[in-house]
Amino acid sequence: MKLLEYQAKEVLASLGIPIPPGKVARTPDEAAAACRELGPIAVKAQVPVGGRGKAGGIKLAKTPDEARAAAAQIIGMDIKGFKVPLVYCEAALEIEREIYLGFTVDRDARANILMLSAKGGMDIEQVAEESPDSIARLYPNPWRGPLDFELNQLVYKAELGPLARPLAGLIKKLYRAIPDLDAVTAEINPLVVTKTGELVAGDAKLEIDENAAYRHKDLEQRFGSMLEGDVYEVEAKKRGLTYVSLDGEIGIIGNGAGLCLSTLDLVQRAGGRAANFCDLGGGAKAEVVENALAVILMNPRVKGVLMNVFGGITRGDEVAKGLVTARDNLKMQLPLVVRLSGTKEEEGRKILKDNGIEPEGNAWAAAQKIVQLTRVTA
Amino acid sequence: MSILLDASTTVVVQGITGREGSFHTEQMQAMGTRVVAGTSPGKGGTKHLGVPVFNTVADAVEATGANSSGIFVPPPFAPDAIMEAAAAGIKLIVCITEGVPIQDMIRVKDFLRGYPSARLLGANCPGLITPGVGKIGIIPQRLTLPGHVGLVSRSGTLTYEVGSALSASGIGQSTIVGIGGDPVLGLTFTDVIASFEKDPETTHLVVIGEIGGSDEERAAELLGRGTRLKTVAFISGRTAPEGKRMGHAGAIISGNRGTAKSKEEAFRKAGVAVAETTDQIVGMLK
Repeated sequence: MKLLEYQAKEVLASLGIPIPPGKVARTPDEAAAACRELGPIAVKAQVPVGGRGKAGGIKLAKTPDEARAAAAQIIGMDIKGFKVPLVYCEAALEIEREIYLGFTVDRDARANILMLSAKGGMDIEQVAEESPDSIARLYPNPWRGPLDFELNQLVYKAELGPLARPLAGLIKKLYRAIPDLDAVTAEINPLVVTKTGELVAGDAKLEIDENAAYRHKDLEQRFGSMLEGDVYEVEAKKRGLTYVSLDGEIGIIGNGAGLCLSTLDLVQRAGGRAANFCDLGGGAKAEVVENALAVILMNPRVKGVLMNVFGGITRGDEVAKGLVTARDNLKMQLPLVVRLSGTKEEEGRKILKDNGIEPEGNAWAAAQKIVQLTRVTA
Repeated sequence: MSILLDASTTVVVQGITGREGSFHTEQMQAMGTRVVAGTSPGKGGTKHLGVPVFNTVADAVEATGANSSGIFVPPPFAPDAIMEAAAAGIKLIVCITEGVPIQDMIRVKDFLRGYPSARLLGANCPGLITPGVGKIGIIPQRLTLPGHVGLVSRSGTLTYEVGSALSASGIGQSTIVGIGGDPVLGLTFTDVIASFEKDPETTHLVVIGEIGGSDEERAAELLGRGTRLKTVAFISGRTAPEGKRMGHAGAIISGNRGTAKSKEEAFRKAGVAVAETTDQIVGMLK
């Protein structure tokens, strides 16, 4: 779960990290009111993706009128596929310097990595590329967390020695997001040093591990419903499906992430474009297939559906039953192509044939067929 | 004859009395796997599927000498189950459980440094199978055939698909290993490939990778330094858009690393044939 900036900051504040005063605004008038209360503000788009500044999603406003105009521009704007639902109006900071501070999972090292750099405020990946030595790194022990002397070394390595004490203290607070909240990313960029010498979080990124959601129902309740994203993804999540929206016209259902990914590849190879990624997972029952088809058919761009299933634990007859039921219940008129192999494939194929669906022999043939059929109806 | 799992492998199933544990223990037994013990706290002293059940892995190891384990417990209990197995002296730990939190796995990986002779496969993996000998995990036996191709994969279903295509063409496998798709996992491509390299019965190798991380690139580097195995690699996810996470596979692309393109290029550079679709793999092995 990727939190929005204002949500992440609420969490940081609860860990004891200073944040600037701020207000959420859903309308231009609310933004103007926030400016009246806070003085000069930054009006910031709230979307769960990076790069919003470059996309015009952050504007400074000195007066309520400017704040109103900025919010009117930003709310509803499209940033990397996310429609901006609201803005965060935050008191402008008197910036002395900007620091980068972030924890994330280094999957190659199979460990958490803590990164600190005096070159804050920029894209850290760019900093890493241009001057890798300017980023000090630490792999804290995952059982006991970073020790004081390790943090001291880190701070001096990043040439931030004069800030050693307050910085080490703040890093320890941020680290709590890992063991306590199952954060897989906890980043403050920039970490602002104000003219009066205080450390304040200028921005915040926090991503909580979905696999650990069962330990953090409170976070999910507080923030989960606010994460307005793609409507089909939201609906799929409600139905417990693993679904990602893409921008093509062929709906995809598969079982297993690898098989689904390779199905997308086959469709593109055949000259088509996938409308989604939808993984039924292992051992899928008929009901899961029904849910998958229902979500896919909600999307008006979809011109046809390809189902590619290779049953290991998943049973072909279950999948076929679910598909036929769903097609009939949803009164599906669009082309439907199925490749079904593996466990109970004979039974599954018979169910399909009895219901007017001629299964394809292999995935590549199926991909070509659906591309051809959707072209004709296009 | 095989890697990781052979006739000397004796298995304790952790979570043997659960629904998944029961079902897959029967499947393992059906192909002759030596399942010698099970664990289920509070059920020690009973028998399940003809196998003695113990309260702890340590008890099971002491009583039966089991050297390998298969873990079928829910995600909140899986990390502890892995560490329990390592501490009890288990040498091959196969964790099938899907959905284990990343931070738990990071702590487990750190713990396992204290047990260098314990090898972990998974979590969130289909396990491994040595056709004709035995299996730990959920790979269906009937898709496999004894032979000389080593198959290592990050994806469960693609493993089944490719394994079954090989078998249907009469090409058998020495061992099939599903390493799993989680970002933090046990054995990696390089570990498994190094084992196949040392196995005299394995002559060919199929590597099935996917986008995300750089384990495939490392595998390519290893193979590029020289191998006696005739190898074909396949990467799924060439058309996945950047920054989108596709399922629990941990298939995340960030920057230039981890894309299908970078992985395929790495394999080609290492002199490894790259299949563009899974259908091509069988033909390219011949």
